[in-house]
Amino acid sequence: MSEYLIKNGFVFDPTQKINGDVKDVAIQDGKIVDKVAKPKVIDAKGMTVMAGALDIHAHVAGPKVNIGRIFRPEDKLFNETPRKGMMRSEGGFSIPTTYRTGYAYARMGYTTVMEAAMPPLFARHVHEEIRDTPIIDEGAYPVFGNNWFVLEYLKNREIENTAAYIAWLLRVTRGFAVKLVNPGGTEAWGWGLNCLQVTDPVPYFDITPEEIIKGLIEANEYLGLPHSIHLHGNNLGNPGNYTTTLDTLKLAEGYKAKNNFGRDVVMHHTHIQFHSYGGTKWADFESKAKEVADYVNRQKNISIDVGFVTLDETTTMTADGPFEHHLTELNHLKWANADVELETAAGVVPYIYSPDIFVSGVQWAVGLEIALFSKDMMRCHLTTDHPNAGPFTRYPRVLKWLMSQKARDEQIKAFKASDKVVSQSQIAEIDRELTLFEVAQMTRAGPAKVLGLSHMYGGLKPGLDADVAVYDFNPEKEHKPDEIEKAFSHVKFLWKTGTPIITDGEIISHGNKRTLWVNPKVNENPQVMRDIHDKFLKFYTVTEKNYEVTGKHFIPNPFVIEVDATR
Amino acid sequence: MTKTITDVICPFCGTLCDDIEVVVSDDGKKIVEVMNACAIGYEKFHHSQATDRATRPRMQQADGSYKEVSYDEAVEYTAQMFAKSKKTLMYGWSSTNCEAQSVGHEIAEICGSVVDNTATVCHGTTLIAVQDVGIPSCTLGEIKNRADRILFWGCNPAHAHPRHMSRYSIFPRGFFTGKGQHSRKVVVVDPRPTDTSKMADYYFQVEQGRDYELLQAFRAALKHEWLPDVVAGIPKERIYEGADMLKAGRFGIIFFGMGVTQTLSKNHNIDAAIMLTKDLNEYTKFNIMPMRGHYNVTGSGEVLGWQFGFPYAVDISRGFARYNPGDTTSNDLLMRGDVDSVFVIASDPGAHFPWTSVKKISELPSVAVDPHFTPTTEICKLHVPVAFVGIEVGGNAYRMDNVPIDTRKVVDPPEGMLTDEQFLEKVLHRVKELKGVH
Amino acid sequence: MQTVTLIPIAQPGLRLEVDNISPDKFAGKTAEQIAALHVYEGNTQHTMGKFFRVEGESGATAADTRIVIKGDATRLKYIGMRMTAGEILVENSTDMYTGAWMQGGKIHVKGNVDAFAATGMKGGELLIDGNAGNYLGAAYRGDWRGMQSGTIRVAGNVGSDMGYFMNGGTIIVGGNADVHVATHAEGNGKIIIKGSAKSKVGGQMVGGEIYIFGGVDVMMPTYVYRRDVDLEVDGTKAKFALFEGDTAERHPKRKGEVVYGKLYLKY
Repeated sequence: MSEYLIKNGFVFDPTQKINGDVKDVAIQDGKIVDKVAKPKVIDAKGMTVMAGALDIHAHVAGPKVNIGRIFRPEDKLFNETPRKGMMRSEGGFSIPTTYRTGYAYARMGYTTVMEAAMPPLFARHVHEEIRDTPIIDEGAYPVFGNNWFVLEYLKNREIENTAAYIAWLLRVTRGFAVKLVNPGGTEAWGWGLNCLQVTDPVPYFDITPEEIIKGLIEANEYLGLPHSIHLHGNNLGNPGNYTTTLDTLKLAEGYKAKNNFGRDVVMHHTHIQFHSYGGTKWADFESKAKEVADYVNRQKNISIDVGFVTLDETTTMTADGPFEHHLTELNHLKWANADVELETAAGVVPYIYSPDIFVSGVQWAVGLEIALFSKDMMRCHLTTDHPNAGPFTRYPRVLKWLMSQKARDEQIKAFKASDKVVSQSQIAEIDRELTLFEVAQMTRAGPAKVLGLSHMYGGLKPGLDADVAVYDFNPEKEHKPDEIEKAFSHVKFLWKTGTPIITDGEIISHGNKRTLWVNPKVNENPQVMRDIHDKFLKFYTVTEKNYEVTGKHFIPNPFVIEVDATR
Repeated sequence: MTKTITDVICPFCGTLCDDIEVVVSDDGKKIVEVMNACAIGYEKFHHSQATDRATRPRMQQADGSYKEVSYDEAVEYTAQMFAKSKKTLMYGWSSTNCEAQSVGHEIAEICGSVVDNTATVCHGTTLIAVQDVGIPSCTLGEIKNRADRILFWGCNPAHAHPRHMSRYSIFPRGFFTGKGQHSRKVVVVDPRPTDTSKMADYYFQVEQGRDYELLQAFRAALKHEWLPDVVAGIPKERIYEGADMLKAGRFGIIFFGMGVTQTLSKNHNIDAAIMLTKDLNEYTKFNIMPMRGHYNVTGSGEVLGWQFGFPYAVDISRGFARYNPGDTTSNDLLMRGDVDSVFVIASDPGAHFPWTSVKKISELPSVAVDPHFTPTTEICKLHVPVAFVGIEVGGNAYRMDNVPIDTRKVVDPPEGMLTDEQFLEKVLHRVKELKGVH
Repeated sequence: MQTVTLIPIAQPGLRLEVDNISPDKFAGKTAEQIAALHVYEGNTQHTMGKFFRVEGESGATAADTRIVIKGDATRLKYIGMRMTAGEILVENSTDMYTGAWMQGGKIHVKGNVDAFAATGMKGGELLIDGNAGNYLGAAYRGDWRGMQSGTIRVAGNVGSDMGYFMNGGTIIVGGNADVHVATHAEGNGKIIIKGSAKSKVGGQMVGGEIYIFGGVDVMMPTYVYRRDVDLEVDGTKAKFALFEGDTAERHPKRKGEVVYGKLYLKY
């Protein structure tokens, strides 16, 4: 039985400009269709119907995520769920086990999640965890911004070679997009150093973050990949860093997106909340969200995801190795670090965003301000940089704050240093409340378009994958803020690729998740292949033959997106 | 005509060399020669070719002798044992692939067992320390390419990880270390002189059981704090000198092993070593790495980590995972009479556990899954031989620095032999029937 | 206070997890209802009534409830786990996790306790007439927030790792302590050992006080003698040598003064 008809729901689909109309949604053989003959009928009267949501940036699968799980047994205390029927046991609050990850996303109506950073040498590990995460489609972004091949090619402005290397690496790691984390700075961290400004040169390689970013934009557009470069800029987390962020965003000026996937942007800056700080030290820390949001509003070829702070005890983890060292020097909590030969690094440190500390309050405000000052929600996406600013299970709480000024006011009053949070930010002055249409842009249509996947996800147009979420939330009724959070915490119905996953709020199937990856085809490049042979022979500690991810035991259900970048 | 298979991964120790070359007979059935492996790896490959291997399961009889049974009977005995037990200890896992480990975990979750691996008598204490203070670490290639201060504390790679020093830690000429061992200073800390300490530029013969005190003294010495005249048998002048020498490097690494993980203070030793590493990062770049023993104990920890949240000693008896070494660890469970059956795979507790634990295993319903005849197989009720991972079947494994490398098959297993994964799948299937689970 | 008495009528084959033996879980319940509560033996759920005869009745609240456990309790894990108020009297020795994560109330064990007693203690009182196993009043694995508050008094000896990551509260030991006392302690916890200690005392400690009457076999090299002081400690007046440390650690300043862990050795 593969035909379903979801009747009478309030549909929100920005891709078709449907803003709460009562419409039927039909599913047949895994896709949305115009009409069906003999469907199972689900009555969604009084409920909200949207496409399945997409998370464009979360740390859910891979070595540093697992370091987080392994080194925080206390993250599992008293929150475990036993195995029941076909459902696996679940555990963990800020770093859930892979089974909890799949189930928890599905429960909120999410159907596609992108693993934010894959160290190429550890690609197998990322794919094993993706395989063990039920229900949701996933892809992973290999990191390039500190990669020795990239640093050497871009130093010589060799865009075509860089593109050939990217194509090779995406294929051998089964990766999805070009990720940059603290470009240049994480290679400097190999010596305990960093690059905080875009003009700071990388030790030995003598290239600047600016050159790395621009070079990778050019290589990405040369290849015409579905997604733009995905950038975690330099100087994360430091007071006054918004100037570095503006310097970084400006690097996209003059570039035009070149691809066959409907993507308009050339740079996606992730978790920009962490990069929108003013002040000169913690004592005068303040929000510069407006300055950053204003720039993004004007500069239409960039997109952002926010990284909202949720005010929880959580775990930070990032390939920004030097930042994590800096963080442990600040809060003196346990610190894990993992430098990766020729490629990148990672750090993991627990963090408590306490409502008793005014800095956490301002960080909370910054995230919300970014979104509430943004004009184009198609280019401003909802994330918490899970788990860095908070666990993804708090997305419904973030929605509550975005959709209800009253909820924001309650939180502001609850801060211990409420006056200082208010004076150091602009959150108390904003009365905008996001609509469900805008929420659908931030969580469905927007990320799908920026990822170059709007031909599959993010909308309910016939022909798209039948990823459909139904929430018990009547948009025509008045709601207390907590009711918003409650309704979006738990879908009533969920389909993934046309398979019913959640029925009446209960998970009934693990579905048949896919691992998305991108395979660009480029002209033969003997020089790059020689460079690859050479570095494996001399500097890597695994052989070239043992580097590529092959085998069904890693990726049982691959979904390959081919890109022809030959000239 | 023989065939040479290259890029073979050696399935013995945590060094997980992946440059082995194996020459096999034309029909792909016999290993003729093994190149590049150390003496231990070489022996593992050749030993797999022994003609007197167990090729079918063997069940212990009333008089202590063993009688051959079929795989089906072995599956039935094992599944019945799991289904009837209140708490089975599923121990070992370190010498098989991640795919097999994963199947075993599902059995454990359905039956409410405890899953524990060889870290429990090895680097489990490292994991406890990591949980308390974190761990600044790196991949082995960072050592090869950058490191100029190499510290071996309580480990003897010359014997336990023979190719470690030539592939990664002392001799290689890496990107920034073109002079090989001449660009490095080697420090060894060990209560006894060893073949590794013979290679050291600095050797500290620490008093047994006092590594914790010496580590804390090194940390104090970094800050030029007062020290007593002698700490752990080492004069304070040498401690200050050692601290300065470590600070003067540009990239240092501490490798450590059983000498500190399983002697007095255990996890506290590692904790202090990790904190020393963290402190050294205030002056220069420093990392620390455990010398993992079995070739896939790290993998067992990783898979347990992402599926259950803990790297060993995982108690799923109440349907969800709980963890506390001292309570949920194998030897404590056995000695306290807190398990009623034992399933051993890819390890040899009969050789490595205290005798009171081994006696307990021999008294309980027990299964040992292992290609070899070992002290464990000879005391369990059922011995199930399986194919050698990394030789007769591939599958993923994780190196001591957490790098995943997919092992290869180079020859076929003996006719009709199952792999760990295949045997466990059959057991899982039968357990689901017995427990009424789908 | 109302008293519920548990008399063992059977012993489990494995160890028995009795986290339901707590004034909070018993409060407001009849003896029948208490007997119907669950206890766990590995993967098997039993009722309390399979292992105990339940007599008496509980109070309306935890604070009004007293539990007495007679007979052999050596295979009972988690007695008093997470309790907030009320009393438990264990007439003989018991197993692991006695009073784990307790927040209030009082547990009195007229025998020994095994490992992990008062893990993550937040408040209340634990009295042990015999010896305590390893990890008394310690933090749970990975948690840097150990014992916060409350009092533990052990008449006999304690094992290793007492007061691990201790942050507050008081532990008084009548006998000797094994290795690793108050490792990683910070804040203002207080440990008094009337017997002797072996070694690794106050390792990595940055706050709190340890008083040892019977000497330490091997001192940490990172403790520096400061001066002698006259003190009264748990009823004993004596001269003590004050050492401060752990000098290997980072020490914060409070009101311009560096904060150290303090180790007082009685002369």
